[in-house]
Amino acid sequence: MPKKLAFWQGNMAIAMGGIAAGCRFFGGYPITPSSEIAEVMAEELPKLNGRFIQMEDEIGGIAATIGASIAGYKAMTATSGPGFSLKQENLGLAYMAEIPIVLIDVMRGGPSTGLPTRVSQQDVMQARWGTHGDHGTIAYAPSSVQECFELTIEAFNMAERFRQPVLIMSDEVIGHMREKVVIPEPGSYPIIDRKKPKVSPEEFIPYLADPEDDVPPMASFGDGYRWHVTGLTHNDWGFPTNEPAEIGKKHLRLVRKIDRFRDDIVKYDLEQTEDAEILVVSYGCVARSAVRAVREARAKGIKVGHFRPITIWPFPDKELILAASKAKKVIVPELNCGQMVSEVRIALGAKAEIIPSNLVNGEILRPHEILATIEEVA
Amino acid sequence: MPREEVKPWLRTRFFPHIWCPGCGHGIILHAILRSLIDLGKTREETVIASGIGCSSRMPGYINANTVHTTHGRSLGFATGIKLANPELTVVDVMGDGDCTAIGGNHFIHACRRNIDITAIVMNNNIYGMTGGQASPTTPVGARATTAPYGAIDTPFDICRLAEGAGASYVARATIAQPALCEQYIKKGIQKKGFSVVEIITHCHTQFGRKNKRPNPVDNLNFFKDNSVPKAKAKEMTEEEKKGKIIIGEFVDREAQEYTEAYLKLIERVRG
Repeated sequence: MPKKLAFWQGNMAIAMGGIAAGCRFFGGYPITPSSEIAEVMAEELPKLNGRFIQMEDEIGGIAATIGASIAGYKAMTATSGPGFSLKQENLGLAYMAEIPIVLIDVMRGGPSTGLPTRVSQQDVMQARWGTHGDHGTIAYAPSSVQECFELTIEAFNMAERFRQPVLIMSDEVIGHMREKVVIPEPGSYPIIDRKKPKVSPEEFIPYLADPEDDVPPMASFGDGYRWHVTGLTHNDWGFPTNEPAEIGKKHLRLVRKIDRFRDDIVKYDLEQTEDAEILVVSYGCVARSAVRAVREARAKGIKVGHFRPITIWPFPDKELILAASKAKKVIVPELNCGQMVSEVRIALGAKAEIIPSNLVNGEILRPHEILATIEEVA
Repeated sequence: MPREEVKPWLRTRFFPHIWCPGCGHGIILHAILRSLIDLGKTREETVIASGIGCSSRMPGYINANTVHTTHGRSLGFATGIKLANPELTVVDVMGDGDCTAIGGNHFIHACRRNIDITAIVMNNNIYGMTGGQASPTTPVGARATTAPYGAIDTPFDICRLAEGAGASYVARATIAQPALCEQYIKKGIQKKGFSVVEIITHCHTQFGRKNKRPNPVDNLNFFKDNSVPKAKAKEMTEEEKKGKIIIGEFVDREAQEYTEAYLKLIERVRG
């Protein structure tokens, strides 16, 4: 059977990946450089008996998305910089109330309105700590249009499995770049759906987690179970609590349900790391330039490798330590003033010299620029 | 005491409730439950949404599908729920600050969109939960912890706001007229479109103690003495209407409802 090919923009691939994952609801608000995702959803979802709604603002966009998920839909929203800031409060509600959604942030330059049409990687830490309070985070940084499609499916699967929001941290270059995409046959990739209650409505305790995975089964509004959703810290009954034992139980479980399965979640990519004395660590659009620079440096006889976190959260620290076992120098090129480099420092400590390489002028780091840095430190 | 058939609709597991003794919110809760029961709604098909504030704690006590969201944003969540499953009866309970200050944008757009949700706005002219700060419905001259010398900004008329923004049904009553509250809530729920029922209630704890109405009874008497039916208000001068609460139905119209329009769009697209 011939492979189904497409020539898509990253934003288009994210929308189509969502649909392939079973997403049938999109709530959003226009913002550059993510608007194409909403536009594709507005066109495609009605054809599939899905629902698209353009809300009055970014906050409403994520609110409607969470509402639809509570009513049983796989639901998604998309935004960029300022909109990501606006969505943080309701993102926190989805963490606390354990409502699966997928949120796409197509990173542009900041702070504030910043550079709407220019690329950056300045939201890495906002993805981790943007909303107030502790929670586990799952965030993917695609490096190609193919990955935009595949990781959006993965994001939905993880959101449904762990009952929490999952983020795709794309960027303006990946979002607007066009590439070949090989579309897998439906059925050839796994689709995970949220666990449903196995007990009757009378026996249902809405936030009683299964011990094997720390995730409570989720009923949908309208399917006969009556339950309470709240952003307040709550007990197993879903009701607000001030009891220290109940508070601690809930709070720790929110973090633990991700920590426990960190190895299932973490994704990364290696390029010639086995004997690498210099390691380049980069993600998103920068990794494309960095991998090319590494190959060119190899051709010149430099023992250099590349490590790419695909999940930027959880950060693949164990895997990085292994990949950097022979590295004396680690270069971290980023389109920000140094965000992921902190995680690299935490992982590697004094085992290697960490060399940040930052660009914040709205442009992408080019292969020859990264190559120059490699040659400089070699 | 509540009617017997109301009891299965209450989550007594979560009692005692957080409201002060004498709070008007209980009268409104009872009116909402009587309305739902009399309309033959089941708990399974009913959604009660809310934001943040004393009034927004109401859904927790109702044994249905309930969602207590972020401050001012409940209509966004309710919109997602209703569009996802238009079969559900969605009631959104809000306070005056939740609805008209932080949630003002969502409120006017829910009216404009005319989505089939019934908004019950419990207007007590104050932020009660946070300790008595001025809200967008605090009357000029009234005192609040953030308006110690009296409020100077013009309050919103929630019903006129809803009417101007395009709601299909708009009515106002006070908790001193519980039967009227129930009648309007029922009509709001039955109306295919966005309905707003503003219910004037009191916060004797926060508003009353600073504004010479420190007891629940003072407030109920104030509402009885100052409520004016819409028809009578028409014959009054602006001066005479000052300080009065005009009660009645302000909008009752038929218009295209949002989820119906969306389902038609799906039919059109799918052919």
